[in-house]
Amino acid sequence: MMDGLKKLMDVFVDRFDVTQRNLDRLLSVALAKGGDYADIYLEYCTRDMLAFEGQVLKSATKSILQGAGIRVVAGGKTGYAYADSLDVAEMLPAARLAGMIALGAGSAAPAPQSSSTTTTHDLYPVARPLAAFELAPKVSLLEEADRTARGFDACVVEVRVVLANELKHVLVCNSGGAIARDLQPLTVFQVSCIAAKNGERQVGIKGGGGRVGMDYFASRPPAFFARNAARQAMLLLDAEDAPAGPMPVVLGPGWPGILLHEAVGHGLEADFNRKNLSAFSGRIGGRVASDLCSVVDDGTLPGRRGSLNVDDEGNATARTVLIENGILRRYMQDVLSARLTGSPPTGNGRRESYAFIPMPRMTNTFMLPGESSREEIIRSVDRGLYAVDFGGGQVDITNGKFVFSASEAYLIEGGRVTAPVRGASLIGSGPDVLTRVTMVGNDLELDEGLGTCSKDGQAVAVGVGMPTVKVSELTVGGTRR
Amino acid sequence: MTSDRREEQGPREAVTCGDRRELARSLTEDALRSGASSAEVLIHEGPDFSTVVRMGTVEKLVQSNSRKLGLRVFHGTRSAIFSTSDFSPASLRQVVRDTLELARAAGEDPGSGIPSGELYAHVAPDMRLCFPAASLLSIEQKMALARECEEASLRHDPRIRNSEGAGFSDSITSVTYANSGGVCARYERSACTLYSSPLAEDGVQKQRDYWLTTHLDLTRLQSPREVGVEAARRVLRRLGAKSIPTCTAPVIFDPLTAGALLKNIADAVSGTALVRKASFLADRLGSQVASPLVSMLDDPLLPGGLASRPFDSEGVPSRTTTVVRDGRLESYLLDSYSARKLGLAPTGNSNRLPHGAPAAGPSNFYLKPGTVSPDEIISTVKQGLYVTDLIGFGVNIVSGNYSQGAAGIWIDGGCLAFPVEGITIAGNLKDMLTSVEAVGNDLSILGEICAPTLLIGRMVVSGS
Repeated sequence: MMDGLKKLMDVFVDRFDVTQRNLDRLLSVALAKGGDYADIYLEYCTRDMLAFEGQVLKSATKSILQGAGIRVVAGGKTGYAYADSLDVAEMLPAARLAGMIALGAGSAAPAPQSSSTTTTHDLYPVARPLAAFELAPKVSLLEEADRTARGFDACVVEVRVVLANELKHVLVCNSGGAIARDLQPLTVFQVSCIAAKNGERQVGIKGGGGRVGMDYFASRPPAFFARNAARQAMLLLDAEDAPAGPMPVVLGPGWPGILLHEAVGHGLEADFNRKNLSAFSGRIGGRVASDLCSVVDDGTLPGRRGSLNVDDEGNATARTVLIENGILRRYMQDVLSARLTGSPPTGNGRRESYAFIPMPRMTNTFMLPGESSREEIIRSVDRGLYAVDFGGGQVDITNGKFVFSASEAYLIEGGRVTAPVRGASLIGSGPDVLTRVTMVGNDLELDEGLGTCSKDGQAVAVGVGMPTVKVSELTVGGTRR
Repeated sequence: MTSDRREEQGPREAVTCGDRRELARSLTEDALRSGASSAEVLIHEGPDFSTVVRMGTVEKLVQSNSRKLGLRVFHGTRSAIFSTSDFSPASLRQVVRDTLELARAAGEDPGSGIPSGELYAHVAPDMRLCFPAASLLSIEQKMALARECEEASLRHDPRIRNSEGAGFSDSITSVTYANSGGVCARYERSACTLYSSPLAEDGVQKQRDYWLTTHLDLTRLQSPREVGVEAARRVLRRLGAKSIPTCTAPVIFDPLTAGALLKNIADAVSGTALVRKASFLADRLGSQVASPLVSMLDDPLLPGGLASRPFDSEGVPSRTTTVVRDGRLESYLLDSYSARKLGLAPTGNSNRLPHGAPAAGPSNFYLKPGTVSPDEIISTVKQGLYVTDLIGFGVNIVSGNYSQGAAGIWIDGGCLAFPVEGITIAGNLKDMLTSVEAVGNDLSILGEICAPTLLIGRMVVSGS
């Protein structure tokens, strides 16, 4: 199968006339009016999605996403154009359009350099990619989840199971002579259950995935997610309304790491900081968290959803320490911000597809483990909230205010986890919240692999992680006073 | 310079004139010949332009022609969808074969299929949706609009010294639909948007806000100056924001945030959610779900509406639907699939995209304006919150649970008193709808889903 994958790598040459000569020609056309730098991003991506609903395979969709994005940078200016095609004849007008940004910039275009292949990682050597399977084994995964969820309780009235899979071929080359290629598999398996009782409805959603193949389901069988989704919907049916007001909050391990993503992650992306737009601008070397907190962004974790062998600008991904024992160390860079600020790139230049300009984005962002046990942390809280699962979150980069919504949370009373609560959002201030971290668990977990991050209209796959963490005070936005 | 401008406009004109009806029709015929029982094709295509100016300098310039074709094939009640941007005959022949194979393997789903013929009985209205004014501007002129807009924000007040930028974008989308029942139609719609997003700083705090104007027709946009000044006004009033103690209080949503609230309601009346009973408004047709002050309409025929269209994504001719009349839920927003599943008549609300599964949803969806001005509404509130920004994903349309991060202005004695942030507002959409106590007269078209100022009698405001 590995040979099979290697062969797939040649899609740009085999199916399209993408030769080194053609790429050089496109770069020359792009830089014909001047400019400091140009790059070309080629993508050929196949996507399959199967949705099982009402106990049948209700929807089967396939799509092919193919195209080329061409960028020209002149100082701080970016010209960008794309073609929904990998035909050189259609890419040439895009190269010309992208190059128009350099009009009047006055800089002479650098001569394109001879090419060198970027050394990359091999983080997802998928032995059995889902794309290579017939429909039947995939449908049986969906059926297993449906059966398990429906069998969990008679109150589970609706079950929807989705298996989405993509295989993305990428080629990035730039006027500096670097060229990188990658083949990126991505799989998502998700179960959502609706439970109903006494006229009330609640939903439970669980799932996972990553840059994985069929073997993934040996460690994470469909029934695992199905049981959890059904359990969560049932739990919410019987939950109390969440409390309102400030209180100590214990965040469970794994996906609650979305706190880091919202509270500090976005604020540490270099574009916001270079423009002085972030609440963290100018704070490198300063204290932004309690000394229990160390936060890293690591695009090199094998098989994870947020991992990449190379970022979407052709740079190898890396492990970047953002916060070390409470001190802000580095921002996450893309090519443009690194050039403008004289910083080394960190492999965080990402984009949704060829139709978008890359930006500094997170990969897998998580907090390193501390020394406390989970029991110890919960025991230390007299009255508070224990939040173990979340829907989504959002942040206002400029004032640092962030909010994220709990989908599974419990009260802590007298050092013990008690009643489940529903409808709790947590709101806080990014530069402030990590200074209130008073205990960090020894139980670091990464999320199951469902995270998608949106910025400036672009969605990319990300991972988060965290050990159990106690925040001394956070505002809980429930309805119970 | 002049010759370069020609380079830009050449390909743009070429694409907007393209007519894909023949391609769409022939693909549905191919599908039938290959063994499909029915088929439909949806194509979106057209040029896009956007530019961002920041601190007076052009930061981004993006230009492209995009296209996407989606083929949906039925084999009895089994179906599959394939989408691609490769329109070459060889590739499309393969797509037809692959889609049919996938459809044969899918599950039987009674209710699936192309819409029945009588839905096409009334003729799609002739609407003017494509205005050329924006596409006739040069790149320099478009950049100048954004520059002028940002400058108006930056010049407005010395506390505004930084900006996320101001932008101008325009596009023309050509939509083609054909099915094997003989339906084949197309329309073109233009759109343009101008916005400014300034920062304000007072030595203690840094805040950001924005304002935008958007319309099908460039000549109907607010002036760059108006947009820039309104953005400046909005960001300045956020300076000095603080949290407030947790309380229960009346909450006024300004038109932007009321529009976000209405979007939640639009999601809850979408046939796609209702088929799964994934909505707090499931099984509520004909009952009182909101205060008698509340009426909601879906109007794809609205002149100049951003989502106006002669027909929906299934080619079904458009018509206006009253969703809520005086608080009573009169209709859901249904495509042909959800209508069949729910045993109701379709409303022409298919919002399917070429690459997506069937989805029912709104076109131009708005809450009908009332008679009172926003100032009058504010003056009736002794202590309460005027919300100008919402963040987060704390809306659950299945249960109706609502808990969102908010920023705005605290109302004291009927007057806007001081800015607040770092708070959440929480309740349940069921109760929020029934406790609408005032509806403003200030409906303006800020997007596809719009509402005037709304007063909700009681919500829990969680703060310090």
